[in-house]
Amino acid sequence: MAVTVKLPTILRKHAAGEAKVDAEGATLRELLDNLESSYPGITKNVLAEDGGLHRFINVYVNDEDVRYLGSLETELSDGDTVSLLPAVAGG
Amino acid sequence: MTADRRPGAPFTEEQVQRYSRHIILPNIGGAGQRKLLDSSVLVIGAGGLGSPIAMYLAAAGIGRMGVIDFDRVDLSNLQRQILHTNDDIGRPKVESAVEHLRAINPTIEIVGHDTLLFSDNVMDIMQPYDVVIDGTDNFPVRYLVNDATQFLGKPLVYGSIYQFEGQATVFMPGQETPCYRCLFPAPPPPGTVPSCAEGGVFGVLPGVIGAIQATEAIKILTGEGQTLEKRLLLYDALHMDFQEVKIRWDADCPVCGKEPTITELIDYEAFCGVPARPD
Repeated sequence: MAVTVKLPTILRKHAAGEAKVDAEGATLRELLDNLESSYPGITKNVLAEDGGLHRFINVYVNDEDVRYLGSLETELSDGDTVSLLPAVAGG
Repeated sequence: MTADRRPGAPFTEEQVQRYSRHIILPNIGGAGQRKLLDSSVLVIGAGGLGSPIAMYLAAAGIGRMGVIDFDRVDLSNLQRQILHTNDDIGRPKVESAVEHLRAINPTIEIVGHDTLLFSDNVMDIMQPYDVVIDGTDNFPVRYLVNDATQFLGKPLVYGSIYQFEGQATVFMPGQETPCYRCLFPAPPPPGTVPSCAEGGVFGVLPGVIGAIQATEAIKILTGEGQTLEKRLLLYDALHMDFQEVKIRWDADCPVCGKEPTITELIDYEAFCGVPARPD
């Protein structure tokens, strides 16, 4: 499945500064694996050491938090947008 | 001239002129303006976000506004903190803020709180206000403010920024409505996110997010329109991209879930350029 991934500022350094990249994956887990292969280090702050999702970076498929879909097993469709969203605190 | 601040008092001539563009506006009108004059907000932080929030809300005639900050004005603030001027460098931000807000609108009550927020003062400081607006710059205070507004049952208008990106939403009190911990249950561990100072911030960005927070506060207070409740607005200034994602109530939320595990306020270890709690 061809998916657009929106990257927050803090992860763009892994993708040559791009705000959006294209990636493939039938599930979110596959997509993140493929992303990591293309852009090493990009999922370090998304995936915890136990392989699950960190709780301070949210992942959305379109406008829905994947915690309320299937977490890492969430199935993706062509044209979906996956957004990675870290907590930020600046003011 | 000091306006009559009793609830429901008739407008003075000065108020009719000052607020005329609101009073003739559908969805605000005289009744909406009266609500604003009879209401109170607490602005947490007199910095990048706090500046536009407090300036627009003072101009709009919020009857009583509290501004809290512990910091002093620094030259490096002036690139975005438009509430302060070159002459204010070195002054407590609250002192500078109160003076400039009174210059914008001398007919409302403005209260300065020159202090850090901790678990042992936040409830007393927040208690007298109808709506709390978060314009702070660090995770410990953001979690403290969320938890305190949940315990007190007060609406919280949230905004935060990093470099070119901003987020804004509204957390309303009540059953099965999300809070900040439903969105992000716990602060990131120190070292996993860049510190505020080293990240940098695009100067206009807090103007956009702060103006959105002021907008949401006015809608909560007047009951008009549709707020960002249950929606997180994401803004990317560099690409001029606005996006919305859903915020769901988390039944397992440690503060507002079915079986809360956090029932007291927590002072998180400071880690984002904020001094640790003085002993």
